[in-house]
Amino acid sequence: MSMLRGRAGRRRGILLHIYTWLIILWLMTPIFVIILFGFNDTKGRFNYTWQGFTLYWYRHLFDISDLTNALVNSLTIAVLVTLISAAIGTGLGFALGRWRFRGSGPTELTLFANIAAPEITFATALLSLFITMNIARGYWTIVIAQVTFGVAYLAVTVRARMSGYDVYVEEAARDLGAGPVTTFRLITLPLIMPGIIAGSLLVFALSIDDFVITQFNAGQTLTFPLWVYGATRLGVPPQVNVMGTLIFVGGVLLAVTSVIINRRRA
Amino acid sequence: MIARLRASAGPYVSILPGGLWLAIFFVLPLVVMAALSLETGNLIDGFTMTWHWANYSDVLSSYHTQLVRSLVYGGLATLVSIVLAYPMAYWIAFYGGRNKSTYLFLVLLPFFVTFVLRTVAWQFLLGDQGLVLSWLKNAGIVGQDFHVLATAFAVVAGLVYNYLPFMLLPIYVSLERIDGSLLEAAGDLYANRTQTLLRVVLPLTIPGIFAGVLLTFVPAASDYVNASILGGTGQTMIGNIIQTLYLTNSDYPRASALSIVLMAILVIGIFAYARALGTRDVLDAAAA
Repeated sequence: MSMLRGRAGRRRGILLHIYTWLIILWLMTPIFVIILFGFNDTKGRFNYTWQGFTLYWYRHLFDISDLTNALVNSLTIAVLVTLISAAIGTGLGFALGRWRFRGSGPTELTLFANIAAPEITFATALLSLFITMNIARGYWTIVIAQVTFGVAYLAVTVRARMSGYDVYVEEAARDLGAGPVTTFRLITLPLIMPGIIAGSLLVFALSIDDFVITQFNAGQTLTFPLWVYGATRLGVPPQVNVMGTLIFVGGVLLAVTSVIINRRRA
Repeated sequence: MIARLRASAGPYVSILPGGLWLAIFFVLPLVVMAALSLETGNLIDGFTMTWHWANYSDVLSSYHTQLVRSLVYGGLATLVSIVLAYPMAYWIAFYGGRNKSTYLFLVLLPFFVTFVLRTVAWQFLLGDQGLVLSWLKNAGIVGQDFHVLATAFAVVAGLVYNYLPFMLLPIYVSLERIDGSLLEAAGDLYANRTQTLLRVVLPLTIPGIFAGVLLTFVPAASDYVNASILGGTGQTMIGNIIQTLYLTNSDYPRASALSIVLMAILVIGIFAYARALGTRDVLDAAAA
């Protein structure tokens, strides 16, 4: 890559370096604003101008009961969606990574379509199913809708981590007298665990953040993003900034931790 | 014999729960939606199948403006994203050194803030009394009645903001894969910097750009959150119409028809586009 360097290359490098930081700054601006205005000493709901620093909103985080309910819904739904997706998606990803079998082509295609499809197609198709079957929309239809993309993301992540999977380890276990269940529990599962954990973190993050699929299938139930969307006309209260900040910090900590764990393993 | 049976049943036992779930809640709903789009009726009397193909011509004639607008906004957002993302991906890939992953992490950081909340933050920043405009107005740089919200600019800018990382990452990956000796070879063959960029680097990153276009255009064209938070009545996109038809008007057959029209346009567009670029690398990039 020596030809990219040189004096002209270095000058271009400096310009692009500045450019990169300008874009990063632009990407960070809303995050900065959200965090800052969670500390704003504003009166009432109109959180528009800086009034001075306060921790009032952190102490009164749960004062708006329907907002708190929405946040609790978001968190419990994310946990359920992650667990169900991991339970039924792992086998899917594992089978696609482990075997070539009749039907693997259509299965791959379904997964690809699921991930590549515009969210709104997916959301309206499920809603059409619920309408036709006369199923009332609410908490559980949100869970079903989110598991439908969760399964796909989890399966794809598990399969991606299967590339170095050694089939002979399973055979060795079988030769040593382990039955299929024991082999799976003691050999296979620990080997694919990093994939399951990575996929679960991804599904949890996607679930907390999901708007389109959730909105179409939520009925009267609200999650955190839906509550915020509904509040935009009236003005978003500072508690939303605080909750947004906490979700942000939690997510970043989780991501950094998983990166560190992965580095140690490698 | 039993052992062999078990081995061949293995994949099917493994995929059964997940496969069944996707069949019931992903494949079946698409069929149901297609059926619903040909029905007639209303919420009180119920809907019945009448093979009413006119639902399609109805929605096309009623909402072609919003349909075209969605494709234009989505296309603009995609183009702007390529122009903004490419130089940055280039710098991170070739000059990022040890800090490459730190830069990529910074690019992904906005994803840790709820999508809706990020967009609301832009509404707040760009509002008529918001931080940016009140400062510009007080400084006399723009007139008192100048506004950004409820313009096409605000919506496209919102789309670019929200989907830029989807463009940047695949371009970065394809730049990162370029073998340095190819660039040296170009230099040895007396290609100057511009020639190397245009005739070596750019062609090698076409798969990355392709993947980025897919990942940006599809969600941007079908987005309705940016249009509803940052836009006004003049910026209504097709997603907003689908949302209103389903959730407010309960006009399910026409809503389904419109959703299928959008899906068909995007799917046909993707295949035509893949064909136009026509390399196997493209599929690899899309799969990666």
